[in-house]
Amino acid sequence: MELLVRINGADRRFARPLTVKELVGELGMEGKRIAIERNGEIVPRSRYGELALADGDRLEVVVAVGGG
Amino acid sequence: MENRLVIAGKAYGSRLLVGTGKYRDFAETRLAIEASGAEIVTVAIRRVNIGQRAGEPSLLEALPPSRYTILPNTAGCYTAEEAVRTLRLARELLDGHSLVKLEVLGDSETLFPNMPETLAAAKTLVAEGFQVMVYCSDDPIQARALEEAGCVAVMPLASLIGSGMGILNPWNLQIIIDRAKVPVLVDAGIGTASDAAVAMELGCDGVLMNTAIANARDPVRMGRAMKLAVEAGREAWLAGRMAKKPYQASASSPAEGLIGKTA
Repeated sequence: MELLVRINGADRRFARPLTVKELVGELGMEGKRIAIERNGEIVPRSRYGELALADGDRLEVVVAVGGG
Repeated sequence: MENRLVIAGKAYGSRLLVGTGKYRDFAETRLAIEASGAEIVTVAIRRVNIGQRAGEPSLLEALPPSRYTILPNTAGCYTAEEAVRTLRLARELLDGHSLVKLEVLGDSETLFPNMPETLAAAKTLVAEGFQVMVYCSDDPIQARALEEAGCVAVMPLASLIGSGMGILNPWNLQIIIDRAKVPVLVDAGIGTASDAAVAMELGCDGVLMNTAIANARDPVRMGRAMKLAVEAGREAWLAGRMAKKPYQASASSPAEGLIGKTA
């Protein structure tokens, strides 16, 4: 079963269902200081392992960058 | 406590807050901020670059939250909703850290704040437990409304963000400073050390700047200059300046005992 989600405004297709934790791994972001919003709601880091992504989910994945 | 800046119950040794944007690289960022003596540093929250190389250095490695108080901002947000979402993400990113800098812009050319949206965002954020330091216009009534909404500091602009035009309306700033019960920090528009000193001489509790340091020819040296300027301005304000006496010269040396006169 495929998974189609929108990450940071761009559609991404995965070959299998994923939890948030697995997605973070797929994106090569494991261990990075990031935060994730799913369909407008914050996903607490403690829930990455248990939360399964659904087709059509809209995700925002952010980091801290230089700014004033 | 007179030389400690207290924000939301926490005391800081430096009254200079600095941004982390516009530097050549993280090494320069770190050195300039070290030289500035700042303890609170602002960061922006942005989408990760999905394709980026693993192991690419990150800002928070150069400026570890264990050493600095990281103040996430909402730069680039034009609505209360965007700003609130951004800071919820920031709080998650920073392990529940609730001190934030709110700014909601109203115009992409001037970067003036949109005050109705700023106030709406402030109310939502305060209700959600955030400690909100807020960028605002230099309008004393707006500053008061933000204070009444529960913001922990108000941060009126000196002039346009990134313009380096200095303090354009010290009179308005003075009214805000005189009336506010929360710390007042001048945020935006500082161009050089004398601007920072003037802000502190007005009685500001602190100054927040980014471009003035980052875009100096030598940012590390300017970081140090700003540290000294903020300290000097604060000391001058505490010392209480002499009264201005227009057109009234007053010699500092004795008028008596000059040579060549008849005794």
